[in-house]
Amino acid sequence: MEDIKVIALLLTIFLPAGAGTLLIFFPKNWGSQIKWFSAVISGITLAITLYIFSVYDYEKGGFQFEGSYNWLTQPININFSLGIDGISTAMLLLTGIVMFSGVLLTWNLERRVKEFFILFMFLLSGVFGVFAVRDLFFLFFFYELAVLPMYPLIGIWGSSSDFGTFLRTKEYGAMKLVLYLVGGSVLVWIGIIGVYAASSDFGTPTFSLETLSVISEQGAFSHDFQLFFFPLFMIGFGILAGLWPFHTWSPDGHVAAPTSVSMVHAGVLMKLGAYGIIRVGMTILPEGAQDWMPALIVFGTINVIYGAVAAMSQRDLKYVVGYSSVSHMGIVLMGIATLNPMGMGGAVLQMFSHGIMTALFFGVVGIIYERTHTRDITVLGGLAKKMGITVSFFAIAGMASLGLPGLSGFIAEVLVFVGVFQEYVPLAILGIIGALLTAVYILRLLSRAFFGPLDPKWEDLKDATPREMGATSLLVFVLIFVGLWPAPLMNVINSGVSDLLSRFVGL
Amino acid sequence: MTENIHLLLPEALLAVLAIKVLAIDLFLPVRFKDLLVWISALGMTGILVFSIWLLWGIDTPLYGGLVRADGFTLFFKGFFLILGIVTVLASRDYVNKHLKNPGEFYSIVIMAILAMSIMASAVEILTAYIALELMSFSFYILVSFALNNPKSNEAGLKYILIGAFSSAILLYGISLLYGAVGVTHFDSIAKEISNAMENSDSFSPTLWVGMGLILVGLGFKIAAVPFHMWAPDTYEGAPLPVTAFLSVGSKIAAFALVMRLFGQAFAPSIDQWQMIVATMSALTMTIGNVVAIAQKNLKRLLAYSSIAHVGFMLMGIAALSLIGIEALILYLVGYALSSMTVFVGLIAFYNMTGRENIDDLGGLAVRHPFIAAAIASGLISLGGLPFFAGFTVKFYLFTAVGTQGLLWLAGLAIFNSLISLYYYLMVVRQMYIEPSPEWAKEPANDVATKGIQKTMDRIEHKPTLLITTVLTVLVLGVVFVGIYPSPILDMIKSASQALLT
Repeated sequence: MEDIKVIALLLTIFLPAGAGTLLIFFPKNWGSQIKWFSAVISGITLAITLYIFSVYDYEKGGFQFEGSYNWLTQPININFSLGIDGISTAMLLLTGIVMFSGVLLTWNLERRVKEFFILFMFLLSGVFGVFAVRDLFFLFFFYELAVLPMYPLIGIWGSSSDFGTFLRTKEYGAMKLVLYLVGGSVLVWIGIIGVYAASSDFGTPTFSLETLSVISEQGAFSHDFQLFFFPLFMIGFGILAGLWPFHTWSPDGHVAAPTSVSMVHAGVLMKLGAYGIIRVGMTILPEGAQDWMPALIVFGTINVIYGAVAAMSQRDLKYVVGYSSVSHMGIVLMGIATLNPMGMGGAVLQMFSHGIMTALFFGVVGIIYERTHTRDITVLGGLAKKMGITVSFFAIAGMASLGLPGLSGFIAEVLVFVGVFQEYVPLAILGIIGALLTAVYILRLLSRAFFGPLDPKWEDLKDATPREMGATSLLVFVLIFVGLWPAPLMNVINSGVSDLLSRFVGL
Repeated sequence: MTENIHLLLPEALLAVLAIKVLAIDLFLPVRFKDLLVWISALGMTGILVFSIWLLWGIDTPLYGGLVRADGFTLFFKGFFLILGIVTVLASRDYVNKHLKNPGEFYSIVIMAILAMSIMASAVEILTAYIALELMSFSFYILVSFALNNPKSNEAGLKYILIGAFSSAILLYGISLLYGAVGVTHFDSIAKEISNAMENSDSFSPTLWVGMGLILVGLGFKIAAVPFHMWAPDTYEGAPLPVTAFLSVGSKIAAFALVMRLFGQAFAPSIDQWQMIVATMSALTMTIGNVVAIAQKNLKRLLAYSSIAHVGFMLMGIAALSLIGIEALILYLVGYALSSMTVFVGLIAFYNMTGRENIDDLGGLAVRHPFIAAAIASGLISLGGLPFFAGFTVKFYLFTAVGTQGLLWLAGLAIFNSLISLYYYLMVVRQMYIEPSPEWAKEPANDVATKGIQKTMDRIEHKPTLLITTVLTVLVLGVVFVGIYPSPILDMIKSASQALLT
């Protein structure tokens, strides 16, 4: 039984990578075969993540699905060790869902199809890898693997945003994104080497997160060490999570990226950042985390407000969504910084729910853009009359984003803000104001772009095709399901969160 | 003194092979000149197999301690022979098309390989120096091999002048060192140095000046900042396969020598030179990377990138220890594989188009997907992103340096990796995102009208099977080291243990 579990976890990593490798040998002109193949693979992957989610025993908690394979022996000691707790389980499920609907929404791609799916598969392999491994080397390996394909994916298939005085080319977005993310990984890398070197005073040096967290409890890392090294992880991973003031890559990169890449990127990759802070920073260096959390919560609050204000003044539909991601990731960061079960649980749920909701946003924007070839809010108008279903899906994502009860975003935000209230009352109020601003830009967007009188040039627009509807309604279903019955997901998340927070008891 | 002289047979055979290729060339009709490639390649393969059989598990000094046959020697001998085979095979098309006198070309390549093998096995400073000179002379000729190309001649001249200058400095350093310690064997030098360190009475400033000059001389040979100025010009002017061989072969051989010298002879005084080497390394990687950003010509870009990589390699010397040397050798392997992948890809591109600017690569991913993918994986590997050798070897090296108390240097190196990624990605961008340039769109239009001439052109617009095969092997190697380095690392362990015990 345990074997099957480990194999399932291994498959999430190696199935996409293997499929990507196989795709290299597909003939170039097999467009639809390549798409079908990718859809089947991502469908299987989604099924596997569902299996993992359902089998994970949240009552037992802790790390499950464990397996370890020796990769390099002495003197460096690197093991390919796997293992997931409640937090990673939720993230794996999120990745599976977004991947599947992302592939379905890429069906109309005609140009260089083969290369696209090869890169896409390797990207997903990297994302799954980060969530599934328990070794710093491999965590970093997969983290960088997830960054690498972004450059060609955005550069080749992306779209530029051109409003005369405001021009952001896709090449610019791609390069900015890669340099920011690798820049973040510079800090993380230094941190990893520092931790590794410090662990050598406590037996053999190791990259194993398991061993590191054990020796950390025994006091292997001095307080000063933690105080110095935690910010490396906080800012390094924070850049990927859209931490203000290092968030600017995120709107530019997401806008330039093609639909499914924006979905995966905003939906899942940004969560890698928050996950990294939790998994690496807080697990290994709890004392440093304790001391730095006030800074993180201040930055998180700025994120929430700044992202919302910036989103209000955008003309490009995708930029609105991009900045709303910055704002919502701020809520995640605030939740993490509370260090109490409410806030942390809310943060992880927000990671999940924001992933689904942003994927839905970008998916729907992609559907609209494919038909109208513009994302200019001032040009679009009255689309609801022609694309009723598409627009209603967008509206659902919007409602989830502004925290309407009954959708997953509401529960997550309530938990986070209750958590923050217990620790920092003024910031909680500011954060709630920021979250309320979401309503302003979402409703403004809906009225400007989708409702109101129909522009005659959009007379011929067709609504979403059944395949597109299938892909988006999967996301809608998850939003509503979690909103109405969060218990299955929250149980799993809380088991992970309570394990994590037990490290902070008595600090 | 000569009882185990047979262990030098591989070197003797290499010399014989070099001369044989030269001699056969005299009698070979022009249309059979391709045979020389196969004689050289198969000859080196044979010597490789023979050396492994002969030297496996042997650890002994030869020739009264001038050279040593141990794991380190065997590893690098194998490394250089494989490099030689790859170089010879990859340069066939280029030599046929752009250079005269193929016999001399291959023969000198083999001669350089011979010199490199001796450099890796020398444990006496004059033997090492002579081997270094043999290698340098081979490269002086190779760099100026394109006789009717003024750039190549200029490059050759610059290289000879700088080479002679640096050899003089090196030799002066050696003589001062000899004056101070009175011995030339590495192990005796180490003893003398540790004696000198223990009792300050016999402490002599000559020793430090001598060591300093040796460092400067070797700094020129490996193109470390501030002694790197010759490299970009020489790289740009030299014929492409020679640039490849120069940037990979000469550096690795020089580092094999530096490892022996610093790891065996100068090891006792590590506290004195560690900071100097670390500073040199920091300067080299930073300046190499920053200047590379501004380059338009691919060869110059790769020259500066190789300077930057020398900076990374010097970290391994600064962090002298078992793990440091292991990481350095692994880094050399990764660098050689990635660099050769890029260069062989560029040779294939140059054979097809005769162009070598970064702009010329536009749209290559559409026209020749495999070559573009190969160059891109080589470049990304050099930039240190995963799935390719570059990530794994960098991670190993930086970790090793970090554990040796040089975390600041490792941090700087990581930051430098980020800078380097920018210019590598700019090349990738040309190949994958930019459209094809005008000149690339012409052929294939009117095949019928121009008849045979046009057909000839079309054939040359495809890479040959040989170079595609070489490229495939290299790409697989880059990926293999990137995801499963442990077999290579096992071999490296025997080499590094032989060096430091």
